[in-house]
Amino acid sequence: MTVQSTRAQRVSARAGSVEFDADVLVIGGGPAGTWAAISAAEQGARVVLADKGFCGTSGATAAAGTGVWYVDPEPALREAAMANREKLGGHLQDRRWMSRVLDRTYEQSNRLADWGYPYPVDDKGKSQRNSLQGPEYMRLMRKRTKQAGVTILDHSPALELLVDEKGAVAGASGLRRQKHDRWTVRARAVVVATGGCAFLSKTLGSNVLTGDGYLMAAEAGAEFSSMEFSNPYAISAAYGSVTKTLFFGWATFTYEDGSVVPGAASKGGRSAIARALTQGPVYARLDKADGEVQRQMRVSQPNFFLPFDRTGIDPFADRFPVTLRLEGTVRGTGGLRIVDDSCATTVAGLYAAGDAATRELICGGFTGGGSHNAAWAISSGTFAGQGAADHARHFGPARGRRLSSAGIVALRQRAGRPVKPADLAKAVQNEVFPYELNYFREAGRLGGALERLDTLWTEVSQADAATADDVLRARESASMLATARWMYRSGLARQESRGMHRRDDFPDQDDRQRHYITSGGLDEVWTATRPHAEAVYAEAAE
Amino acid sequence: MIEVIDAQSCTSCDICVNVCPTNVFDKTDGIPVIARQGDCQTCFLCELYCPEDALFVSPFAEVAQHVDLEMLRQNALLGSYRRAVGWTEETKHRREIDRSYLLFGH
Repeated sequence: MTVQSTRAQRVSARAGSVEFDADVLVIGGGPAGTWAAISAAEQGARVVLADKGFCGTSGATAAAGTGVWYVDPEPALREAAMANREKLGGHLQDRRWMSRVLDRTYEQSNRLADWGYPYPVDDKGKSQRNSLQGPEYMRLMRKRTKQAGVTILDHSPALELLVDEKGAVAGASGLRRQKHDRWTVRARAVVVATGGCAFLSKTLGSNVLTGDGYLMAAEAGAEFSSMEFSNPYAISAAYGSVTKTLFFGWATFTYEDGSVVPGAASKGGRSAIARALTQGPVYARLDKADGEVQRQMRVSQPNFFLPFDRTGIDPFADRFPVTLRLEGTVRGTGGLRIVDDSCATTVAGLYAAGDAATRELICGGFTGGGSHNAAWAISSGTFAGQGAADHARHFGPARGRRLSSAGIVALRQRAGRPVKPADLAKAVQNEVFPYELNYFREAGRLGGALERLDTLWTEVSQADAATADDVLRARESASMLATARWMYRSGLARQESRGMHRRDDFPDQDDRQRHYITSGGLDEVWTATRPHAEAVYAEAAE
Repeated sequence: MIEVIDAQSCTSCDICVNVCPTNVFDKTDGIPVIARQGDCQTCFLCELYCPEDALFVSPFAEVAQHVDLEMLRQNALLGSYRRAVGWTEETKHRREIDRSYLLFGH
């Protein structure tokens, strides 16, 4: 009798590459990816997880600390938790999804406690579970992923998806950048958990997040949703990378001459900071934090103090220059469109989780702090992992499937010169970093940026295959470019201000636009609208 | 950005090479080298994972800084982040002193 192995099987491959046969491939090893991998393995699937960097340190969470939308299952508390964010999100959330995410986040956070996560205990002896320390959390998630029997490929960026004869996603291939060879995983289902796109802005932990999964998925035909909600900026010391916007809630913001920037605040007044920054430097001092709050900050988020302690600045007493770093779709709510409860995308065999997926269902058009994103990563990772495992189980034998490469940009022989990754990344940053283009949007400026981005795309689409040394960077910068085009095309289509999307030419929210904007396409970027779930229910009831 | 690997304390375990999410270090026959400093995202995670406190990340994310190893040693800056989060034997009680729950909702 042969025993069915629950590990992915390494199969023979030609020299210079390794190949695995798996049920589920998870691309990305942050919170969403690890929850997806563990959940798929718990369903009996043989799972490979490939991370661009190191599963455990990769992504926005590992370097930071994050709140978690963890709410005790008391109806009144749950109701309040859902209601208090609806206005901020522009009433685009879906109550049914909020509810199932709250349920799943509660369950999985409690499992973290069982697994040994050192949650703090408050004065009354209650374990407090609405915050996670990134390094601690992700170290534990790596350990649990390995213990679940998942094969982890570190430093193994995916470059492209593989599809079968019918166009269903059937694996992926990429680089092993420390071994200087290639990997291929043939799988029955793939979960994209590659995070959002922060455009190499050095917002904490986010430089691995360049939208790679979006580009791969789009090349296989996937659609996006809510990509107009893609312009949050986080506050950091001007010279540093540590973005912890919560703590700036205790700050006073001043101009060079020491006078207070009117209306400037971390919450509800960040646009005043952005406007002031277009005129000159802005300074902050956390002078509203008393001794007790200062102590709580120190123990809760030690990395916040590294840029200060290491430069001799006392952030509670001294003024220091600040900047706003673009977080793009990492803290935006746009991403791959989800079509059912298992986080399936519009492409067969392809699932999306975490920041790679749209968070519109629980956040609408605004996320605020990280807590909803963290809850979404846990929950959507779990849903997608289970969904992918289920899909794999019902797939039947995959033998004889003929697979082809879905990747195009910088991977195929073309007549044009190869992409120059650093130049392209810079050109995209020039269109998405400026506050006057992205923070404060307006038809003429968005249109101008889009025209320049479309011209860049024409060049990129004609560019020859990148060299082995350049191919990862070329794909990353092309992913940033594609992301910027879906963002701005969607931003033009939403002719109102809602959530984080602010239009100077349409400053108000328009009730007739309480819908979702779908987008997609590479050479031709398109948008369309879909009704909000409540509108669908209302119509059905009539 | 990562500025220095202290050759006095580094044991060539290569953990930093493995854990750096942006692949900044390269292995060598001896101690690792900072091969791609410009790719460093100033996340400080290599420092946390270094069991010898041999690494120092300057908080300046965009520009390289000259650092004086002797000064870092004297000011107990090597390993300061690891001690602060409780990833050393002497400070492990700090792993559970997160007080964020008192700060949310401000």
